[in-house]
Amino acid sequence: MAFWLSKSRSISSLLGKRIGLLTILHERNKGSFLHSRRDAVFRYKNSPEFSTKSATFSATGRRFKSSKTGEQVELPSSDEDDDENQAVDFPGGRVAFTSRMNFTSESSGKRIPCFRVLDDNGYPIAGSIFEQVNKEIAVRMYSGMVTLQIMDTILYETQRQGRISFYLTSTGEEAINLASAAALSPDDVVLPQYREPGVLLWRGFTLQEFANQCFGNEADYGKGRQMPIHYGSQKHNYFTVSSPIATQLPQAAGVAYSLKMDKKDACVVTYMGDGGTSEGDFHAALNFAAVTEVPVIFICRNNGWAISTPITEQFRSDGVVVRGQAYGIRSIRVDGNDALAVYNSVRTARQTAINEQRPILIEALTYRVGHHSTSDDSTKYRAVDEIEHWKTAQNPVARFRKWVQGNGWWTDEYESEFRSNIRKQLMEAIQLAARKEKPPIANLFTDVYEENAPNLVEQERSLGETIKKHPQDYPSDVPL
Amino acid sequence: MADGSLRKIGRFCLIFCKQKKNRTEGGCVCTATKIGRRGSGGGRERGFSTTTATTEEKRSPQQQHSQGNDNKKSSNINLFTAINQALQIALDTDPRAYVFGEDVSFGGVFRCTTGLADQFGKNRVFNTPLCEQGIVGFGIGLAAMIVNEAAKFRYRSGNQFNCGGLTIRAPYGAVGHGGHYHSQSPEAFFCHVPGIKVVVPRSPQQAKGLLLSCIRDPNPVVFFEPKWLYRLAVEEVPENDYMLPLSQAEVIREGADITLVGWGAQLAIMEQACVDAEKDGISCELIDLKTLIPWDKDTVVASVRKTGRLLISHEAPITGGFGAEISASIVERCFLRLEAPVTRVCGLDTPFPLVFEPFYLPTKNKILDAIKSTVNY
Repeated sequence: MAFWLSKSRSISSLLGKRIGLLTILHERNKGSFLHSRRDAVFRYKNSPEFSTKSATFSATGRRFKSSKTGEQVELPSSDEDDDENQAVDFPGGRVAFTSRMNFTSESSGKRIPCFRVLDDNGYPIAGSIFEQVNKEIAVRMYSGMVTLQIMDTILYETQRQGRISFYLTSTGEEAINLASAAALSPDDVVLPQYREPGVLLWRGFTLQEFANQCFGNEADYGKGRQMPIHYGSQKHNYFTVSSPIATQLPQAAGVAYSLKMDKKDACVVTYMGDGGTSEGDFHAALNFAAVTEVPVIFICRNNGWAISTPITEQFRSDGVVVRGQAYGIRSIRVDGNDALAVYNSVRTARQTAINEQRPILIEALTYRVGHHSTSDDSTKYRAVDEIEHWKTAQNPVARFRKWVQGNGWWTDEYESEFRSNIRKQLMEAIQLAARKEKPPIANLFTDVYEENAPNLVEQERSLGETIKKHPQDYPSDVPL
Repeated sequence: MADGSLRKIGRFCLIFCKQKKNRTEGGCVCTATKIGRRGSGGGRERGFSTTTATTEEKRSPQQQHSQGNDNKKSSNINLFTAINQALQIALDTDPRAYVFGEDVSFGGVFRCTTGLADQFGKNRVFNTPLCEQGIVGFGIGLAAMIVNEAAKFRYRSGNQFNCGGLTIRAPYGAVGHGGHYHSQSPEAFFCHVPGIKVVVPRSPQQAKGLLLSCIRDPNPVVFFEPKWLYRLAVEEVPENDYMLPLSQAEVIREGADITLVGWGAQLAIMEQACVDAEKDGISCELIDLKTLIPWDKDTVVASVRKTGRLLISHEAPITGGFGAEISASIVERCFLRLEAPVTRVCGLDTPFPLVFEPFYLPTKNKILDAIKSTVNY
């Protein structure tokens, strides 16, 4: 403060006579910068705060006073009038003035701290306050995380073998997946991006159902129309995944509005990655959610990479959490690799969202251990060491396991038994899924509209004739 | 707004070149990408056939406005390498050219920008945040999009300003397993916008020359690259700097009985149909439109005047597809010459399905059937 004042003293002496404008004033001294100088100059003298200021400051003040020419102190200087002149009701609300031209810094200097409950070794941090999860939930969360790991390993391999056309993993983000899901109720509506199958897993989607979608067979609820991992389940309140990034965000705000209108005891939870927050839809979604005051939780999985684009090339803010305030949204940054921290923050967010009918933004910091997808080789753009580090030292599954085992709720024996069990189940599900036929060809034409359309009736007929003429052109596993 | 749906169509790339002669001009090549697909190659092979040989024989003198292909070196490369070469030449020959977009820096999800960042530096080849409208807007100096801004920039300013140096590259089309969002052919949306040009190459050699023309063309251009061909299409491509003209269609196979018009990857399928039709004594003339807007009506009209029949084929859904424009225009100009209705063999009017892809696409046999029924009308 002192330094700034001394510097400004020299500036002001330069300017003082020329411009006659005041650049240094105590903030409490009101009078808009645009109002007459004399208001600004002299008010501070009467301000109670002034008297508590340092001598340096008052010296400056007096200096100004003495350098002033012209107009003198004909001021309405009563305190009530002071208040009146200190703010104006602009559209959007009352705004207080300052004569100090202060650009708000591009960064607050200190990064928003990250909420965590368990340390790297799975021990609760001393003094941390959090809602405990009971054994049943904890074991269910942990086993879900392990199941997700196994699903990812095996289905990724299945794509490499050419048996399914595509896959993407959630490796490294198992805690976000399962812990956030565990904190929700089944009535909460989920709009995923595409790296949240663990949420669907928690809600009861079976390994068979996952495999069916990946193989696009007749049991796929999506009727074979979309690429693998584009899961969706109405009965589980999990909207069908679509490839385009961030389109689910403004949709989530809309869904939340319908919950609000129907006065449901439920909220919407929608997910995105760090890259998704650069899309225009992110901006639209948060803004709409704030203005319409809807119960939606935006969970950003900030995993460091948007395919090959690292955070430094994605944005320059302090991550994603700071953006919430820009929209008037309450936000928190949480350790995405700490299952308990994620659980707690989503629980609280949910209560707030529903009770107060307002949106919440959660930034879960984590790391994308796997490649972006089976169409990507991330060693092309990031160091193998970096990947290894997060895979091992910062593994969310291992970390939670330590806590669960520490409570005596899990053992190494359960672990190997459980893993081998799931592996077996999944392999069977895959065999079964691969053997099933694809959905019948009629499904190519249904659901474009709710009812059938003349052009589609005609095209279906014409296709039927073509198939009869040239059966060799068509795959044999699609029933006609 | 319309942009919302258009921008979700897929990855696209802009190239930005500030050409010295016109200081208000800028062009940008940027790459915007969504989920990249370089699949395991499952699905049928789309062989790239004899078009190359035919092209070389049939290329008219005008087309050799590319500076002497004759004794220049060439190499056997695929589509993404040809595009990489074109971008490299553009960056090399114009110090105010830029390539930016999603995942451009490490080489791109389709490998089109490999090596460019290393060679030209981070200031000229760089990643952008994940926001297509932001990328286009950044590229034309406005928070804007292709339809409402790039296309109207020159017109609305009375030619005081323009964004002619802008080229937007976008992968498009079926790839065997892309499903709804990674198999689409959205060219028709853009063809309906006066003020931009839409160009679609059929092969690596064409792509390099056309892309360089697009970059240097003083109008904003959308350049659609057939995804399927990125790796699979391989041919001899001259290593030098050459350009192929825009708004000039090319007869890539001569014939007398029926004219076929197409663009991009579909031409390879159409050519197979032409070969089969020949066995049945039907002589097909195949035209690569190359530039969809403004399109070369004269070449198509001249051909239909010769054959009396027209068949158009594209992957995009039939209703409202660009084939409809071609059909309407040719009927206007050649009504009395036509021996049969103009026929279109296209994608179905549904979102592009995954497991039903083989049924959805306009296959060789669908085209062949249509050729026969048109000839026998």
